[in-house]
Amino acid sequence: MSGTMNIKLKVWRQAGPKAPGKFEEYTATEVSPESSFLEMLDVVNEKLVLEGKDPIAFDHDCREGICGMCGMMINGVAHGPSKLTTTCQLHMRSFKDGDSITLEPWRAKAFPVIRDLVVDRSPLDRIIQAGGFISVATGSPQDANALPISKMDADEAMDAAACIGCGACVAACPNASVSLFTAAKISHLGLLPQGQPERYRRALSMVAQMDLEGFGGCTLFGECMAACPKGISIDFIKRMNGDYIWGAITEKPEKVTLGSG
Amino acid sequence: MLKFWDSSVGKKVVMGLTGLILVGFVIGHMAGNLQIFLGMERYNAYAKLLQEDLIEVTWAVRVVLFVSVVLHALSAWQLTRRSWAARPVEYDMREAQVSTYASRTMRWGGVFLFVFIVLHIGQFTLGWKWLLPEFARGAAYGNVVLAFERPLWVAFYLVAMFFLLLHLFHGTWAVLRTLGLARNAAEPLQRRVPLIIAIVVTVGFSLVPLGVALGIVR
Ligand code: HEM
Ligand code: SF4
Ligand code: FES
Repeated sequence: MSGTMNIKLKVWRQAGPKAPGKFEEYTATEVSPESSFLEMLDVVNEKLVLEGKDPIAFDHDCREGICGMCGMMINGVAHGPSKLTTTCQLHMRSFKDGDSITLEPWRAKAFPVIRDLVVDRSPLDRIIQAGGFISVATGSPQDANALPISKMDADEAMDAAACIGCGACVAACPNASVSLFTAAKISHLGLLPQGQPERYRRALSMVAQMDLEGFGGCTLFGECMAACPKGISIDFIKRMNGDYIWGAITEKPEKVTLGSG
Repeated sequence: MLKFWDSSVGKKVVMGLTGLILVGFVIGHMAGNLQIFLGMERYNAYAKLLQEDLIEVTWAVRVVLFVSVVLHALSAWQLTRRSWAARPVEYDMREAQVSTYASRTMRWGGVFLFVFIVLHIGQFTLGWKWLLPEFARGAAYGNVVLAFERPLWVAFYLVAMFFLLLHLFHGTWAVLRTLGLARNAAEPLQRRVPLIIAIVVTVGFSLVPLGVALGIVR
């Protein structure tokens, strides 16, 4: 077929969490530029299965950029070369015939490899469990304008709520810090009236949990923001820090929940 | 209090607050040093003011600065250890996208600044003979000229100022975010005022060794 590409792949293969891993090389042949990145891997995997070999394990679900399941380091960039794009929304037209592509899992102590390119991201769930909620029943949906919220706050809360929990921020951060994710989850609640009563306690608990999980601290490199498929801004990290400081000053100690896990 | 110091955000806040104190100091110190261009009398009178007339104030400042440097370096060290531990298996390939050279040299540049601070105090305040054999107490102007007549010292100070430039460029930008004070921005990574602060401080400091090396101050 004309217009197709051959791509050299160097893929991290690891049979299980405890097994030693290593890179294996494959060639993806006759790849259509119109195919998505994961479709390219599907084709490689079909061939591997036919050859009686183990297919390359990678996470995915919606394949439309909204669930946050997919994600891998593609040539050293989380989610690959397209800005504001999840791995599943990356297309092969971003590459050229003959390109070599290195695929690695997210690497962080808190994200142990389960198999090949699949990592365990349950620390993100535990950070949410530590405070990413509103405890009181807020009732069934009200009339849209019953609770006045400024347009600016609403927009900002929506920007933070766009986080899909993919973990690319951790993967891209030289410190393996989860600050961008945590800050987004703290902020989308803390910006709205319903989230106010627990605002500072939430920051204390969720920060305590992210430390407990073994992520690194934030040095404001900015790499997380560049990697984030949803364009979450590091301004939210600043907001988290402010909430944390105010919480440390004002919250009574016994109110602080220590987080789970 | 202990919980605050335990947390990564708390340590970073300590680093930021102490860093701010140090920034305030380097601006004042730089401005004071420039009096060397007003001549020996003026400069030595300034030195006498700090070393004798206002010695109580000087000591108070010294204590604050000492505590700040220790806390700053300690929190930097502990956070660095945590970061290294957070990624036990390195990537085969990871490409920096937007991080600045300044942000990536904060740690080793900081170590260099620490060595510089020790040697600098040893040279001009404590008068360690192996650093400046001709050191004479009370002759601040002469000590500076003697030191910077040696190209090696000029080079060392200029390298240190280069790292200070980088450190201030990232640090003065980052600290407002660490403390939650910065305003939201469309391009939060953009930094203009920090660049100005960093250039003014380091150029101001560098003028002194350069002035001696070029024979303007002698
Ligand atoms: C004693 C030697 C020093 C060491 C080891 C050191 C190390 C560091 C490190 C590792 C950081 C963290 C970078 C980051 O998180 O982005 C930092 C931040 C900073 N440093 Fe230093 N530094 C030293 C001296 C200084 C001096 C002399 C100044 C002031 C002129 C200074 C001002 C700052 C500021 C303002 C920050 C930003 C803090 C923040 O991000 O909140 N440091 N330093
Ligand atoms: S902040 Fe962005 S990169 Fe991080 S988990 Fe959320 S969507 Fe993914
Ligand atoms: S598979 Fe759902 S976001 Fe990529």
